[in-house]
Amino acid sequence: MLLEVRDLHVTLPDQGQQLRAVRGIDLEVAAGETLCLVGESGCGKSMTALALMQLLPRNAKLSAQTVRLGETELTKLPERKMSALRGRKISMIFQEPMTALNPVFTIGDQLRSVYRRHTGANKQEAQARAIEVLESVGLTNAAVRLGQFPHQLSGGLRQRVLIAMALMCEPEMIICDEPTTALDVTTQAQILRILKDAQDKRKMGMIFITHDLGVVARITDRVAVMYAGRIVEIGPRAAVLQNPAHPYTRGLIGSVPRPKDESAEGARLASIPGNVPAFHREDQRCPFLSRCPKRMDVCTREAPPKRTRHGDQYVFCHLPLEEQEVQPA
Amino acid sequence: MLTYLVRRATMAVVVMMIVSVICFVLSNVAYDPAVGIAGAQATDEDVALIRKTYGFDRPLVVRFVEYLDNIATGDLGTSYLSKRPVIEMILERLPVTALLAVLSMALALLIALPLGSAAALWPNTIIDRFVQLLAVAGQAIPNFWAGLLLIVVFGVQLRWLPISGSTTYAHFVMPAITLGTFAMPPLMRLVRAGMIEVLASDYIRTARAMGIRPFQLTFKYALKNAVLPVISLSAVQLGFMLGGSIVVESIFALNGVGYLAWQSMTRSDMPVIQAIVLMISMIYIVLTLLADLLNAYMDPRLRGSRK
Amino acid sequence: MTSQASVSTVEVAEEPIVKRLGFWQKALAHRTFVFSGIILLAITLVAIFAPLIAPFDPYFQDIASRLKPPFWHDTTVAEHLLGTDQLGRDYLSRLIYGARISMAIAVAATLMSAIIGITLGLVAGYFGGWIDTAISTVITTRLSMPIILIALAVVAIVGPSLTVVIVVLGLLLWDQFAVVTRVATQQVCARDYVTAARVLGSSLPHILFKEILPNIRAPLMVVATVEMAQAVLLEAALSFLGLGVQAPLPSWGLMLSEAKTSMFFSPWLIVLPGSCLFVLALAINLMGDAMRDLTAGGRG
Repeated sequence: MLLEVRDLHVTLPDQGQQLRAVRGIDLEVAAGETLCLVGESGCGKSMTALALMQLLPRNAKLSAQTVRLGETELTKLPERKMSALRGRKISMIFQEPMTALNPVFTIGDQLRSVYRRHTGANKQEAQARAIEVLESVGLTNAAVRLGQFPHQLSGGLRQRVLIAMALMCEPEMIICDEPTTALDVTTQAQILRILKDAQDKRKMGMIFITHDLGVVARITDRVAVMYAGRIVEIGPRAAVLQNPAHPYTRGLIGSVPRPKDESAEGARLASIPGNVPAFHREDQRCPFLSRCPKRMDVCTREAPPKRTRHGDQYVFCHLPLEEQEVQPA
Repeated sequence: MLTYLVRRATMAVVVMMIVSVICFVLSNVAYDPAVGIAGAQATDEDVALIRKTYGFDRPLVVRFVEYLDNIATGDLGTSYLSKRPVIEMILERLPVTALLAVLSMALALLIALPLGSAAALWPNTIIDRFVQLLAVAGQAIPNFWAGLLLIVVFGVQLRWLPISGSTTYAHFVMPAITLGTFAMPPLMRLVRAGMIEVLASDYIRTARAMGIRPFQLTFKYALKNAVLPVISLSAVQLGFMLGGSIVVESIFALNGVGYLAWQSMTRSDMPVIQAIVLMISMIYIVLTLLADLLNAYMDPRLRGSRK
Repeated sequence: MTSQASVSTVEVAEEPIVKRLGFWQKALAHRTFVFSGIILLAITLVAIFAPLIAPFDPYFQDIASRLKPPFWHDTTVAEHLLGTDQLGRDYLSRLIYGARISMAIAVAATLMSAIIGITLGLVAGYFGGWIDTAISTVITTRLSMPIILIALAVVAIVGPSLTVVIVVLGLLLWDQFAVVTRVATQQVCARDYVTAARVLGSSLPHILFKEILPNIRAPLMVVATVEMAQAVLLEAALSFLGLGVQAPLPSWGLMLSEAKTSMFFSPWLIVLPGSCLFVLALAINLMGDAMRDLTAGGRG
């Protein structure tokens, strides 16, 4: 198991109070495997990603039983050592490519810096490597591009550059926080393909954060559904998308016809009345309590138990397993 | 960008014209040049004679054109007191003032850049509070008082530095410190504010996510982004310093343009006064124009695509 | 122009500064506001009640008691708490009366420049077009000429005195008022209630003073503190150079100048007036910072 996370908690100060953004989640990602993290905005998925990279804002608190990448326990690392891992063993790309590159430095400068920081290579070696990686993400005329400034590239090209930057040192794990949300549909497809190819070639583990079911359907192996700081359902793609067990997941997938991944393309998550609540105090009860159409009395009193379905699909819900079984269409 | 430059340059020229009008008025209308040349002892007939000889009785517009023409050829008038060409007097002393301004600017930046960056890196810590306090205090200190204190402490009590004259580099140390503390606070605040904004940006987040070391992150990456407005402000401050040099030079008896200005003002030597005002204003206008141009050039986005 | 860019961006509130009571509650909880407020209040009171507080007549010379050191030296004379200057005048009294001069100049010059600057800014911002261009050119011209040079030059021509200093500073310090007012007026004019007032046929002065001005009070107060501190320091500089307030008036700047010859052996002669200037300028600046904090954030 490449990445193992157990009982991750992230707390942020929020106008005098402590906001519990992530409230005890477990994750596992194997080498070469993609895990999608889906959920509405405010559910804590970005915070989870930042927590894994140890990039949380200074005043945030992170606690976990373990956050283990390979052999290294990330929570115990001093910042100096963590900084050496970022970009080298674990990389992250963000949502907004238009502002993610430094406007006063050339593309080449920024790419080479990352490579030289981690490998101590000289300028020529870094340059060669940069060209190589740029070409692998589908950028033609790489040498020319290296001399350009970010404002000379379109959003799609910039995102490719950012992916290239993340791949410069052949990381074992890459986290993508909604990298295609700000791009048009065609570019989206290209970026997804690039990421998938890169992963296949390098056997990278990938965590992909998104709210787009179509994307989920295309590239992921497993899906984790987050709600209000907790994971409510996690399992293989087909199982979760076609047979969602948790009422929230079912609500999200909504009226999308279940089978056939390709036809789920472009489908957005259906909206459920209400908003994602924010938690300031310790609350073990089901996070979906306020909006669940299948709410029961026990839900208001006890934490939902973890139930297993078909061996590798897990749901945190009080509903009896039989109830969770979806009637075939 | 070209239209912007043209507009800026035009405005600069217009302002220069107005400044020259003001200086002309100062030296020829507010003050009777005939009286100035004649001296205190002169009789009324002497004054009238001088007025006729020098053509001070001609219409103002004619005299103004002549004034502009003179400036173009480098004739800034003749001192009432020393009877020498003003331009000579100024050029003799310009190196001293220029050196003082440059040293002070260097000192101010030397303090403002690292301290401002430090304050931005560790906001709301002791370092930050100290830097902010330094900025506020620096702005409140009357700079001539700072100069006097330096003289008393370092010049007299400790006898480390010479207190007057302009013969050696050591003579410039205390004046540069005095003038530098005047320019430092706004620069430091700007660096701090700029760095805070840059450090919160997406591209710095990217660099951090890619493992760039904090030191390189701040001083290679963030600083370059934050420094653009600082350069603009430095040019403006340099201009202010030319004005502020009057006080500093007279305390330390540095034989620069500022000292000359003060001497002329106490003796009502109008040609010198208006020439200095004109020259310093012109320098200031040119400096701000250059600062704007430099700013536009250094931001690759404003420059237009290169390749 | 760049010099205008040095003014931090003006943010005009949608509503006039919070209801009075709410403002004072926040203000009194703000440490810097309280700290600087107390100092300013103290100095103002000292200035107003100078004749009652000062132990001696600040002009009275007692050559026999000249250059007596303040109470922290051993050779002090009991009655002169802060010593005497080179003409035997009681230093404490001169410092107290000096507060009057500094405060008077600060307030008068700032008031004058505020009136000039705000008027120019309102006119430029409201009318726009060539009027705006003309006024902006005037502002830029004023910004291109260092104040101290102009002030010195004018005083050199006209002859130095307290009144001249106030008038000259008042005629030169209006630039930031004009810049800020102009920007703020432009913002406010784009808002609905001004259009409404226009439609209703309100007269021009009414619009300017009743609709626009109350809404730009906040940034203007901050500018006022900046200019006030500048006025204090400029007067001190002018007097120090001999072209400001004239002897025997107890201007702090003048006192520093008079002390130049004796300062090597009697350092208190420069430490005391300079400290007073520093404290006053500091308090004004801190008050400005506090006001910036109080009127900027927390607008809802």
